[in-house]
Amino acid sequence: MAQLGHHSQKRYVVSGIIITVAAIFVVKLFYMQVISDKYKVLSESNVRRIVTVYPARGIIYDRKGRKIVSNEEAYDLMVVPRQVNNIDTNELCQLLEIDKQSFISRLNKAKQYSPYRASPFVEQISKTTYGYLQEKLYRFPGFFVQPRTLRTYLYPIAAHTLGYVGEVNQKEIEDDPYYKMGDYIGKSGIEKYYEKELRGVKGEKIVLVDVFNREKGSFENGLYDKPQVAGQDLTTTLDLDLQLLGEKLMQNKRGSIVAIEPSTGEILAIISSPSYDPNLLVGRVRGENFKRLSQDVMNPLFNRAIQATYSPGSTFKLVNGLVGLEIGAITPETRFSCNGKASVPIACTHSHYSPLELIGAIEQSCNPYFWGVFRTTLEKSGKGDIHKGYNIWRQNVMSLGFGNYFNTDIPNQVRGNIPSPQYYDHYFGKNGWKALTIRSLAIGQGEILVTPLQLANQAATIANKGYYYPPHVVKSIQGSPTQWERNQSSIHPQHFETIIKGMYRVFQGESGTGRWYKLDSIAICGKTGTVQNPHGKDHSLCIAFAPANNPKIAIAVVVENAGFGATWAVPIASLMIEKYLTGIISRTELETRMSQANLL
Amino acid sequence: MNSTQSKYHNPFAQTDKILLWIYFILVIFGWMNIYAAVYDETHHNLFDLQTNYGRQMIWIAASFVIAIMILLTDVKIFNSFAFLIYGIFLFLLILVLFIGKEISGSKSWLQIGSLSLQPGEFAKFATCLALASYLGNIKRNFSKTSVKIVAASIILIPALIILAQNETGSALVFLSFIFVLFREGLSVKVLIAAAIIAVLFVLALVINKYILIGLCALILILFYLSQRNRKKLIRITIGIFIAASSLIFSVDYVFHNVLQPHQRIRINVLLGKETDKKGAGYNVYQSMIAIGSGGFWGKGFLKGTQTKYNYVPKQSTDFIFCTIGEEWGFMGSLVVIGLYVGLMLRILQLAERQRSAFSRIYGYGVASLIFAHFAINIGMTIGLLPVIGIPLPFVSYGGSSILAFSILLFVFIKLDAHRHDII
Repeated sequence: MAQLGHHSQKRYVVSGIIITVAAIFVVKLFYMQVISDKYKVLSESNVRRIVTVYPARGIIYDRKGRKIVSNEEAYDLMVVPRQVNNIDTNELCQLLEIDKQSFISRLNKAKQYSPYRASPFVEQISKTTYGYLQEKLYRFPGFFVQPRTLRTYLYPIAAHTLGYVGEVNQKEIEDDPYYKMGDYIGKSGIEKYYEKELRGVKGEKIVLVDVFNREKGSFENGLYDKPQVAGQDLTTTLDLDLQLLGEKLMQNKRGSIVAIEPSTGEILAIISSPSYDPNLLVGRVRGENFKRLSQDVMNPLFNRAIQATYSPGSTFKLVNGLVGLEIGAITPETRFSCNGKASVPIACTHSHYSPLELIGAIEQSCNPYFWGVFRTTLEKSGKGDIHKGYNIWRQNVMSLGFGNYFNTDIPNQVRGNIPSPQYYDHYFGKNGWKALTIRSLAIGQGEILVTPLQLANQAATIANKGYYYPPHVVKSIQGSPTQWERNQSSIHPQHFETIIKGMYRVFQGESGTGRWYKLDSIAICGKTGTVQNPHGKDHSLCIAFAPANNPKIAIAVVVENAGFGATWAVPIASLMIEKYLTGIISRTELETRMSQANLL
Repeated sequence: MNSTQSKYHNPFAQTDKILLWIYFILVIFGWMNIYAAVYDETHHNLFDLQTNYGRQMIWIAASFVIAIMILLTDVKIFNSFAFLIYGIFLFLLILVLFIGKEISGSKSWLQIGSLSLQPGEFAKFATCLALASYLGNIKRNFSKTSVKIVAASIILIPALIILAQNETGSALVFLSFIFVLFREGLSVKVLIAAAIIAVLFVLALVINKYILIGLCALILILFYLSQRNRKKLIRITIGIFIAASSLIFSVDYVFHNVLQPHQRIRINVLLGKETDKKGAGYNVYQSMIAIGSGGFWGKGFLKGTQTKYNYVPKQSTDFIFCTIGEEWGFMGSLVVIGLYVGLMLRILQLAERQRSAFSRIYGYGVASLIFAHFAINIGMTIGLLPVIGIPLPFVSYGGSSILAFSILLFVFIKLDAHRHDII
């Protein structure tokens, strides 16, 4: 230090200080730039943003290639909560037309999902809002717009069958890691069953963004991008014209129509009324509308075609006739006497000469006749053992597609009910019951429950003389046909021919219950049903197929609390058949009367 | 005389080529980094005056012109007019307080037509000149208290005015003249005392003031007891204790009652008391990411994502070192630091060979000013110092800065070129 007395030596002190400071900098820089990886990672996470590219969902066509469901562009405002910094909340709220409270709760929801990952903030912002936002987005760091597509239903029809698409819930995310918060998934109907085909595969694009979250280009020219795969298009089995007519005929009524092409099991039309416009369950209005629809006393969300179960009533006489013939309890010539209203144990509701053979009994829907058939069937096959007899009867019935759901592309069907013998054991005690106890089954009342879909399948099976393809709604996926297994009933074809003769007489016969609605050009085979129910007026039922010699359409119509089968279900079936087979409706007056009737 | 005449035709005759080269490299490299900081694929015009690099090009050209003019003038005017220049800039500094334009919180800008200049940048040069002129006068004896007071006033008056303009960083720079005073006779004890004060200053912010005072007392008592000649020391020890205590209290007071909230937060972030990566710490955080992500060789010219995509604020002015660190990596940073160290050591070396005290003192002033900027600026970008907004000499974007530093340096180069002519 003494040396410093000579001032020029002080240069070394100053130089030393300079070199010390520079050395500290170099050490610090060496640590930051060469040793530590932290900053490299941070710098990458700063600028790289993974943008999900949503493929367009598959288009849905009717059987003739007419578009019924397509997509519309939509924009979701997404938020990455961690990046939200120093924004003008009021301005953003104004732009989005939400209040501050809602802003806070939306941000909290996003934070709960993940502070680092994007989740939807406001869904389906309007095009105008999108326009405004795009200009100002750089002032709201942490927010970006995610383009996606939204379903649009071109006709307000087949809501239950097409189903709807909604945001994935927590459980769906856990079940399938493909889904991320904010993704859409088919929630019901075709949209649910064909979710994997329709959705395609999401793509990923790595983009570089600047501090204002503006995209600045792709990373490494898109080398690491994952291309999206577009969803596959579906061609349904539905016939748009027929579906439209069915919806129209069923308006202001409770019930359903199911029409099937017998040779393939393709559903031509499936109507459940009351229904709703499927567009109500699209996008940001979905939640509110869903709540409203689910609280509606008319229960429009309930898919009657596959979920409502009815006693089949007189339409079930055909089944009993078939089983009777199959096990040899009756022949086509077998007669049972009828005392009209005085018949025991079941009265007849029609007046006709007695005794009738099978075909006449079908035409006139004679109750005592089918009680005779049912009793004889159980006795003949059981040989005194009611359990055995009932089981044989039941297996035959179930081979026609009753008592279980069809393993097809229609989710959420119910089984209906063909009671097991154990059920009666439980109810009446073992050996506490016999044919007489369960006589209601003879005329399709009692514990038997069927869905309209099963009724239509019954008509199709009869039209096919013994086999059916499970009813389904999608014909082909991106051009390749769907495959379905043929089911053979346990009943031999010749027995169907007898039954069909009876069904022919229902429309074409002089005293047939459907004779008022026969067609001049086409022979319809069918059966009416008037189903008693404890909750009000009788349900009006009808099953039918046509043309008689070469069936192209099989149909079931159920109109709840409407009265006689012949009054409502038959004319509706008749109109549907005419429309499908001829393309026109000659009885416009009838059509108007049916469609305008309010039975609610 | 003929030989000297001919020298005047070449402005670079007798000039120090090392300084010229370092200056030239820093200016050009600086411009390249300004270009990189605002680089945009869609925007290629080098002379676009809408951009920082376009404007900087003009400032660099102006600096070159002024540098040559300095080299061509009569060397004697700098000493002769030192106080006049100092007076003019003091006047301008005061003027700015009244008619200045306020830009981002500091009222330090003078608007002349479309030009905005910061007299504060030039005041550093003027102060350097005035200090050299005052102390360089053979009649002044630095051991005299009156001389010390006058010298301190020359330094502190412009510093205080600049402080009033809310330009804390620039005002702090004036403290670097302590090196000049040290060279001219200030005891090394003062330098050590200044260092101790600086340490106490920082500790006062970090540690509870009463604990700190207690610690000071303890150390002083131990020091006192360890000495043999205690009687002499008692007054000094007590004096030191009182001084330290009052420093601690005033730091505490200034921190809580005088500093603006944003300054308080900046200091807290630096001290690790706050870790707000999005708020006040954001600049430093992003700056460190930029530099740290550069790696050994850097991301390459125009390839820095941090700077190109505007993650670092003020990246062509105060945070220009980020671009260097990110695109040129550790090697680039090392070269830049090396250039500055070379520049400063060369100036000190040249200053010592001056025959005139004026030239020598001026040289020390130049080195001190460059050092203050270098240390504060780079220290800030790598997170060693709080965010104090001052430019990196010759490199940062800004007309006032590059003009003022060019004048500062070239006056010294001129003085050095004529070291044999002036005594």
